[in-house]
Amino acid sequence: MKPNDSKSLLNRLSNTVADLPRSGIRDFFEVVSQMKDVISLGVGEPDFSSPWHVRESAIYSLEQGQTGYTSNLGTPQLRNRISGYVEKFFGISYQPEKEILVTVGVSEALDLAIRALCNPGDEVIYHEPCYVSYRPLIQLAHAVPVILETDASDGFKVTAAKLRPLITDKTKVLMLNFPTNPTGGGLTADEVKEIADLAVEKDLIVITDEIYAELTYDREHLSVAAMPGMKERTIFLHGFSKALAMTGWRIGYACAPHELIEAMMKIHQYTMLCAPVMSQQAAYEALRNPEEDIAVMKESYWRRRNFLHGAFTGMGLNCGLPEGAFYMFPEIKPLGISAKDFALGLLESEKVAAVPGTAFGACGEGHLRCCYATSMEELEIAMQRMQRYVDHLRES
Amino acid sequence: MNHLLALLKENARISLEDAARQLQMTPEEVAAGMDALEKDGVIRAYQAVVNEDKLEANSVTAVIEVKVQPEREGGFDRIASRLSRYPEVTSMYLMSGQYDLMLFVEGDDLRTVASFVSEKLSSISGVTGTATHFRLKTYKHHGVLMESTHETERLQVSP
Repeated sequence: MKPNDSKSLLNRLSNTVADLPRSGIRDFFEVVSQMKDVISLGVGEPDFSSPWHVRESAIYSLEQGQTGYTSNLGTPQLRNRISGYVEKFFGISYQPEKEILVTVGVSEALDLAIRALCNPGDEVIYHEPCYVSYRPLIQLAHAVPVILETDASDGFKVTAAKLRPLITDKTKVLMLNFPTNPTGGGLTADEVKEIADLAVEKDLIVITDEIYAELTYDREHLSVAAMPGMKERTIFLHGFSKALAMTGWRIGYACAPHELIEAMMKIHQYTMLCAPVMSQQAAYEALRNPEEDIAVMKESYWRRRNFLHGAFTGMGLNCGLPEGAFYMFPEIKPLGISAKDFALGLLESEKVAAVPGTAFGACGEGHLRCCYATSMEELEIAMQRMQRYVDHLRES
Repeated sequence: MNHLLALLKENARISLEDAARQLQMTPEEVAAGMDALEKDGVIRAYQAVVNEDKLEANSVTAVIEVKVQPEREGGFDRIASRLSRYPEVTSMYLMSGQYDLMLFVEGDDLRTVASFVSEKLSSISGVTGTATHFRLKTYKHHGVLMESTHETERLQVSP
């Protein structure tokens, strides 16, 4: 067998990786990238650049020659600010010295959390439709993914009633992400409390991905980690990408009891060593006075959410008003076409890109993820074109 | 700040219908809200933000620091009110620090501004000193950058 023979190389891959499907997002990206002049509602990031004072501070730190490694946990200054911010915004207090770990985005933190917790065969419950990495990360840790399906009829919520029957004696972890990518779903205080009570009753560890927390529009966000009895069993993950428009810096953090942070740190120190120092400097600056930066961007997303919701409703598409994030998840099922065909047809005939709901789990079928973090001018054109496409489908 | 005012500060030309769609209001409510803001004197005018450097006939703008002797009756306000009525004065503020009033003065050319300072401004009783600075180039005006910034490219599809 020749090592440069591609077929033989495929045979040498780890079974876990060979069995892992490619992200549906990536398939769709390859189709879109072949086309010109597309209006894209397919992005998963803000249309703002990072606040100028954040960028300026990173430039300054580079000029000062701050280019070395940092502590594995992240710089003490940044961990201090994270601790202060999480206490202020979420009402949860973590010690910067031993309960906070700075990571390369929440993506890394998710991977560390699952790997630190799971033995082969442990069951991890997560809700679909969800961010594309949840299931693969569970599989890469040789744990067993257990899907909790959510749907439009109940606003894509996780409820204790839906959760209870999925819990077995092998269930170790529950993963939550509210507000949710791709649905924009959120939870009320009562709903969070019910989930927390069940997690305590069944002795589950909860990983909560709070990346869209600040982008909650019509009520105060409440984290499950803030509920009684939860801090000691929760890994709280957050970052700077969405509310502070810092996706490319790749900077996030995990807050959890010391034992869990220490376990995650073991993997982090051998795989990543530390998050990039310039990104840590930028994140430190971003948390100096984040409320103002966030408020300006949030106001702008709020307006666009209202506009897009009106547009979809006007087209006769069923679309709940999302509680958070910057995504709409309208239902196209009544048009008698699959999500994938709808998305491809919309792209080919009207040059508007939106991601088929199935990229976020099988139960996303019949839906489309439309990101409204794009300019109002483009949103208006995109909605006119989509209206035309929907009319065309109804006529044929 | 209320949602409507925030939107109008960004784009005062938006139609009632478009504003309504973005603010969860009806067009009638938007119109009524604007009326109220105007009536309360919160909104004073709707104007275009112009890059003067792009115009062929470039006008001259000066920033003038003015020291004044406050009056026993009326403090700075009476003299400020008199100065602000000159049409050459486009903006004017009471300042803390080394001087008292800051005036933005616009004229067709250098001489017009110079004569405003020497003939009108300095002859007003109560004005005890002035320092005039001419504008050379505008980088940003009313929160708007005068040079279009380069659009960064985002991935068209991302998770």
